[in-house]
Amino acid sequence: MGKKIKYHKVDGMMVQKPKKQKLTWNLIRKQRYLYFMSVPFIIWIIIFKYVPLWGWSMAFQNVRPKSFVLPVWEREWVGLKNFKDVFSRDMFYAALRNTLAMSGISIVLGFATAIIFALLLNELRVMRFKKLTQTISYLPHFVSWVIIASIAQIFLKDSGVLNQILMSMGIISEPIKFLSQTGPRFWFVVCLVNVWKECGWDAIIYLSAMTGIDQGLYEAAKVDGAGRFRRMWHITLPGIRPTIIVLLILSIGSVLNIGMERQMLMSNAITKDYANVLDWYAYLFGIGENNYSFGTAVGIFKSAISLLLLMGANKIANKIGEGSLV
Amino acid sequence: MVKLKEEKGKIKRNSNKITTFDICLVVFFIVVIIATLYPFLNVVAISLNDSLDTVRGMNFIIPRKFTWANYEKLFREEKLLFPFLISVLRTVAGTITNLAATVMISFVFSRRDFYFNKLFTIIFIVTMYVSGGLVPEYLLIARTLRLSNSFLVYIIPSLIWVYNILLVRSFIDGLPTALQESAQIDGANDFIVFYKIIVPLCKPVLATVALFVAVGQWNSFMDTYFYARNLPTLQYKLYEILNDTGINLSSMHQAAALETVATITPQSVRMAITVIVTVPIVVVYPFLQKYFVGGMTLGAVKS
Repeated sequence: MGKKIKYHKVDGMMVQKPKKQKLTWNLIRKQRYLYFMSVPFIIWIIIFKYVPLWGWSMAFQNVRPKSFVLPVWEREWVGLKNFKDVFSRDMFYAALRNTLAMSGISIVLGFATAIIFALLLNELRVMRFKKLTQTISYLPHFVSWVIIASIAQIFLKDSGVLNQILMSMGIISEPIKFLSQTGPRFWFVVCLVNVWKECGWDAIIYLSAMTGIDQGLYEAAKVDGAGRFRRMWHITLPGIRPTIIVLLILSIGSVLNIGMERQMLMSNAITKDYANVLDWYAYLFGIGENNYSFGTAVGIFKSAISLLLLMGANKIANKIGEGSLV
Repeated sequence: MVKLKEEKGKIKRNSNKITTFDICLVVFFIVVIIATLYPFLNVVAISLNDSLDTVRGMNFIIPRKFTWANYEKLFREEKLLFPFLISVLRTVAGTITNLAATVMISFVFSRRDFYFNKLFTIIFIVTMYVSGGLVPEYLLIARTLRLSNSFLVYIIPSLIWVYNILLVRSFIDGLPTALQESAQIDGANDFIVFYKIIVPLCKPVLATVALFVAVGQWNSFMDTYFYARNLPTLQYKLYEILNDTGINLSSMHQAAALETVATITPQSVRMAITVIVTVPIVVVYPFLQKYFVGGMTLGAVKS
């Protein structure tokens, strides 16, 4: 008696929370099929997602292929030595720089183009043409990076089509070395290819957010004499702001998780100093040179920073009063 | 140009007058379409052109000296049948197993009366935010479970995508509960409810998930690179031909060094395999389009 009744929200209505059941043999028997359908996958996820987390202990030990077979507690503990090792190498900072540069450029360029693409597409009034444009713009998203890299190599090489076109139009007098010159140019090339691949796909989410905007607002603005640009700026853009912010938070959280596939596929011996990203670096040393502890330490550094960034971005979004994740 | 005129006519019927802005928009998007499709068409043109002729000069859209020789050479010399079979097999088997797992767990997660519902759901969702990282995962799969160089490495580690589970669960949540209840009153057990009622109703969302998984499987390249180079997929074969190294490389330093001398396979042949790897995606793409747009929007609403 006197116990508080708990409520929770269902479809916007407050509903009394169901009483907590007791785990009895009878209940287990009754729900046995649900166990059959879930327990094997719980085991799967523990093995494939939680056991690697347990592997983080390797970062604080000295684990080489020989000592890997030993149980965890019998391996040599070295404290933070591996982290110190990681932070004392110039190559690590190069990898960190490349990772941050490429994801930074990707976020800025990717968000800007996808939002502009969606805004303009939303203004397109010929429905059939709009559908066609959308359909074609998604296509590269479904093509693998191996293929994209293969196409890019042909298209962007010194005597490639893009250089030919630019030269015949008189924009440049000498071919641009897109993929055969070291330096920050490589970052931009990779990011621009990424934009080309994902722009249309990323725009879908904004377009679907735009369909949710109250049409009355547009009518009202029209009556007030707002032109199309003003309506885009004052109604459409604020209308998709919550979507933009949620996606920004998510992308800031994964700043360091840009993978290594595209960098690996698009780079060559000339550009590799600017292509090496953290994951690749962890792979090179951790697996390529069998220094498991070192590779794991790089991975932990990456996860820790990601988590901090995610929480920071979330907090900022909360402060300025926009929707946030948690 | 003809197209433009038709469109103009349509707008007029919609009563709004066309402005220069509309025309600029249409022109802009025509440029976007060309920029998207042109690289693909260029690759097709090179693959159908005589390889010596390609070296001499540019191909734009139409092959100058039409030939099938590049494709013939590819199939004769590169033994593509085996990689092709591996790619198809992993796509089919991987999609079926992933789909079965996804729908089962989603059903369990949608059952709020299941005693461990909350705990199990949390166990799954946590893995979306923390992961062990490259090296521990590699060691688990390659050294502890010894899955490398076996076909299972394509199926088992990619059995479950948590994101898809959330997608399907939110779909099941939207179904009327009365359907399940009435079946239970008729004496159906949970598995029969799942199999006879939930699975058929989930067809649309399952089509979306199947498409995502199938595309992911077909396009996957890193897992072959890490674990199963003796079971090459088409993607891996393309990578090898691009780098022109028949050798299995243990370190990426070597790979990078060899890339500089990678001019042995003629460009036209490389483009031919690029086309072969792309074709399946392009063929299924128009048929499945409506599903993935639906899935994407569903996911967007959730996030």
